This record gives sequence, structure tokens and C-alpha cells, in this order.
Amino acid sequence: MRNVVIPVVLFGVLALVPQFALDLPWIFDGAINTPGTLQLLALCLVFGGLAMSYDLLFGFTGLLSFGHALYFAIGVYVVAIAITKWHVGFYVALALTALIGLVVALVLGAVSLRVGGIAFAMVTLAFAQAGSILVFKNPHGWTGGEEGLGVDYTKLPEGLVGIFNTKHLYWIALVYVACVFAIVRWAVNSSPGHVWQAIRENELRVEVLGLRPYSYKLVSFVLASFLATAGGVVYVLLLGGATPEVTSANFTLTLLVMVVIGGTGTRWGALLGGVLYTWANERLGDASSSHAISSLPSVLRTPLQQPMFVLGVLFILVVFFVPGGLARIGRVRRPRTMERLQEAMQR
Amino acid sequence: MSTFVLLTVTGVGLGALYFLIASGLSLIYGLMGVLNFAHGAFLTVGAYAMWFTESKLGGIAVLPRFLLGALAGLVVGGVFAALVELVLIRPLYRRHIEQVLVTVGLALATTALVISIWGNDARPVPAPAWLGETTTLLGAHIPNDRWLLIVTAVVVLAGLNAFLRRTRYGLIIRAGVENRAMVTALGIDVRRAFTLVFAIGGVAAALAGVLSNVYFSTVDPSRGTSLLIFAFIVVVIGGLGSLRGTAGAALVVGLVQQYANYYASSGLGDLSVVLLLGLVLLVRPRGLSASFA
Repeated sequence: MRNVVIPVVLFGVLALVPQFALDLPWIFDGAINTPGTLQLLALCLVFGGLAMSYDLLFGFTGLLSFGHALYFAIGVYVVAIAITKWHVGFYVALALTALIGLVVALVLGAVSLRVGGIAFAMVTLAFAQAGSILVFKNPHGWTGGEEGLGVDYTKLPEGLVGIFNTKHLYWIALVYVACVFAIVRWAVNSSPGHVWQAIRENELRVEVLGLRPYSYKLVSFVLASFLATAGGVVYVLLLGGATPEVTSANFTLTLLVMVVIGGTGTRWGALLGGVLYTWANERLGDASSSHAISSLPSVLRTPLQQPMFVLGVLFILVVFFVPGGLARIGRVRRPRTMERLQEAMQR
Repeated sequence: MSTFVLLTVTGVGLGALYFLIASGLSLIYGLMGVLNFAHGAFLTVGAYAMWFTESKLGGIAVLPRFLLGALAGLVVGGVFAALVELVLIRPLYRRHIEQVLVTVGLALATTALVISIWGNDARPVPAPAWLGETTTLLGAHIPNDRWLLIVTAVVVLAGLNAFLRRTRYGLIIRAGVENRAMVTALGIDVRRAFTLVFAIGGVAAALAGVLSNVYFSTVDPSRGTSLLIFAFIVVVIGGLGSLRGTAGAALVVGLVQQYANYYASSGLGDLSVVLLLGLVLLVRPRGLSASFA
């Protein structure tokens, strides 16, 4: 019972956020129901969901992918291209995105899962890099290359356009993250979910038991990729356009950072990591122009103005001193997931 | 014909650059099982150390300034890599996943630090005029910096080979790649070899940084990451831990990239390299993963 009550209460409280003009100094710039804060909150939720989808692969199935950004980018770009360049309706664009996202994940997953461990990580990295190259190459002027691509807002439903409707986008992001949370929980506790965790623990044993790890891993890969594609759709609606940063290898690495900071293979860790990371990334950028930072000597000030530097160092510190991530804080032992993952990687 | 010669020499030059990065990656993975994401950071650190030294030595002639800058780049790259091994990698001995994660964090933080100090823009790097001129070979006008890249990579390959085959430390490293537990059981402290391999890899990566400064005639903070991805591809195609395989794969990747970029369509070179990787892994998934062990 408790397992259901906590998430329901939490998501219920989050759903009421746009109705209250609560002021949280330090944490947010304005009251929590101002459009700026709502957009930041929605962004945190999208990345929280994305991090959970990555954790499904990494933390629960033991697959270290360096190409998860590709599927997020498919969500971001296909919606933008379909609406702006192919001039199709909003819902057709959504259907197209879902279709393309599924097919690409199925094909590339089927190819890359033929190898395991480090080779799998490298192949997924290479495919994601191919996607990034494609976006920068700007075929037929579709992706807009380095400049990115704005979504033609006249084609969007009215409730999603304009600064006053930010709360609707916030609710969409909340529904997204709640769905991802529910789906990941359900999938992990289902019988294929048990096989995923068994694969993470010992793939050989799963094979000996007469199961084919390949098809289970493919299901996990396609599901995680599809959830990432859905996150990309919410992201592009939230920001009103696509930028090529979401295709970069660094973007996948930041997903890894989120999941590890939060705690791999835990129920709340990835969500926590994604939300905290996004919030810190945004707020550190703002804080760098604040008085407290600008009065520091330049040796300290200059690096602190780069959120990525602070987060990278923080990440190293977490790996060293909080080995299980924030969700396992206070537990001394190194989590089993890490040991298992290591064994899985070496096979 | 002359275009083909130019493409070939440029492709080999690019392959030389990939080899310099990939050789260190491959050795580190082979010996320690660590996929070193910070290798691009070693390159960046070396490249910036060279540029910084050159910009501080404004008064003297270009050639000694260039050589001093290159030397500074190599030293800083090697020391940085050795420090990374001692401070960040060693305490996490036997925890490979954490080691990889730490190198990821280090790569992100180092790039951000460089951007925060020197900005995001590419900066010009002065080099001797000779490197900017061209030599005519079979009717093709080939920029001289290509020869520098190729000669350096050949020297490094020969040097590393001699080091691994003829010296005691080389023997320990080769034995460690083959079977680390046995080397430890024989009473040899294999961890000293770890630091050494990191330092060698750091120097080679810094050398790649210095040479990429010459090749692009600028230094910029994102080059380490973009070259690292191709180095990863080279390492996987060549088989992790094998120096000769890495050299061969680097050559193939550099050539394929150049030819596809010119004969097919610009930008297709990078894609065809990715395709090549996919093909290799599809044809020989067992063969390649076997060489990982």
C-alpha cells in the first residue's frame, strides 16, 4: 500500500504547484507559479523521466549505452521537422515520431545488442554520433544544422502556445514523468523485468536456464528508447524548438552523471538525480552572476561560472564518497549493482 | 590522380592523429580494463599547454617557440595523465565501472574548466612557415604538416613497439595485458606499470593535441571530445589492447573518411566510418569481443 501512496501523494502535490504563488528564495528566482519557474520545474521533470528511462537500461538491465541521447533527439527533431517542414498536423506529427522512434530503436538495438560490454557501449556511441552528424549536416535544410529548428507554433494546439500556458506544458511534463515512473516500476516488477535483473546479475546463468537474453535485452532497449523519445517530444514542446546539443555524446554522458548521482538501479534515484542535476545546471548559471560569486577572487570565480565544471567535480566526489548515489546515502557498503555491472561489462 | 594522392596522404595523416590518441586508449584498456574517457582531456590539456607557452614566448623566433611549446605540451600532458592515475584511478583499484565514471566526470570538468579560462572560441596557433607550405608529389600539392603527422606517428609506433618488446617495463606491460593476475602472483608490482601506461598514453594524446594544433592551425576546447570518438571507433575496430591492430584500424578509418568525404559527399566521411564500425562488429562480433578479454 505504502508503495502506491507515496508516489500518488507526491505527484498530486506537484500537480497543484501552478495554483500557488509560493516564494522559495534561493531555490527559485520567482514564485513557483511564475512561467519562468514553471518552465524550469517542467525541464527538471522531463530530465528526471529521461534519467529513469536510462536507468532502466543501465541500472536494471546492466547495459551501458552511450547513445541514449539519440532517441531523445529523435523525439525532439522529428516532431519539429514534421510540423515545420513537412507541414503535417500536430497529432500526425506525434504518431510519426512514435513510429520512427520505435523503428529506429528496434533496428539499431537489434544490431548493437549483438555485442556486449564495452563493444556495446562503443557501438551505441557510434550510432548516436551518426545521428549528431546528420543533424549538423542539415539534409534538405530540415534540421537547421547548428542553428537548430524552431517549431511552427501556428500548427500547435492553442493551449500549448504562449507564456500564459506554461502551466499546461508543466502538467504535460508531470504526466510524462508520472507515466515513466509507473511504466518503469511496472516493467521492472513484471516477469521480463525479473529476467532483465537476472541478466544484469549473471547473463550466462540466464542462458543456461533456457532463456534468450538477447530478446529480453532488446525489449528493455526498445522500451527505454521509446520513453526517451516521448521525453524528447515534451522537451521540444516546452522549449518551442530543437537545438543540436541534445544529439551530442556529452548529452548522453550527462544522463549517466544524473543516474549515478541519484543512485543506479533504485526506485527514486534516477528521478532525483535528473531533477537535481537540471536544477543545479540552471541555477549555477544564474548564481554565477550573483554578488556572492562575483566578489570571489578570479581563480575561484572563473571555474565556478561553468556549471559543467562544478557538476563534473561533484560527480567525481559522489563516485568516491557516496558510491551508491544520493538514494543510498548513509549506507556504507558499495551497492551490489556496481559489482554486478562490472562483472557484466567484463564478459 | 593528383587529387587521389592528396586524399591518400591526408587520410594517412588523419589516421596518424587517430593512432596517437587510440594507442594510449588501447594500452590503458588492455592493461587496466579502464575505458578512459578523460583521454580527450589529456589531448586538450596538451594542446592548450602548447598554445599557452607559445603565447607567452612572444619575443623569440617561430621555430624555437614552436618546439618549446610542443615540449611544454608533451610534459604537461604526461604529468597530468600520471597525476590522474595516481589521484583518481588508483584509489578505485578493481572498480572498473567507477573508474570509467570518474574519467567521464574528469572529461566534462576539464573541458568546462578550459572554456571558463580561455573561452569557447578557437585561437590561432603559430607554427613554422614550412609547415604551411606544400610539397609536390606525383603532381599533387601536399601541405607539409601531413608529413609531420605521418612521420611522428611512425616514430611513435616504432618507439612504442621497441619499448614494449625490448625493455623490462615493456615486458611487464605486455605480460599484464595478457594475464594481470599471473604478473601480480610473480611478485611484480603491476600498479607501477599502470601509472607508466597512463603517462605514456597522456604524452601520446598530448602529442596528438600538439599536432592537431598544427593541422587545424587553431586550438579549441571541443576538439578533444570529437577526436576521442573516432579514436574509440579505431580502438574497437582494431581490437582493444593490440597496438598493431590499432595502427591498422587508424589507417583504414582515416582513409575511408577522406575518400568518402570527397568522392561521395562532404560530411559522409564520418558517417561511413560509423557504418564501417557497424559492419566490422556485425561480421565478427565474437572475434572482436574475444580480443577484449
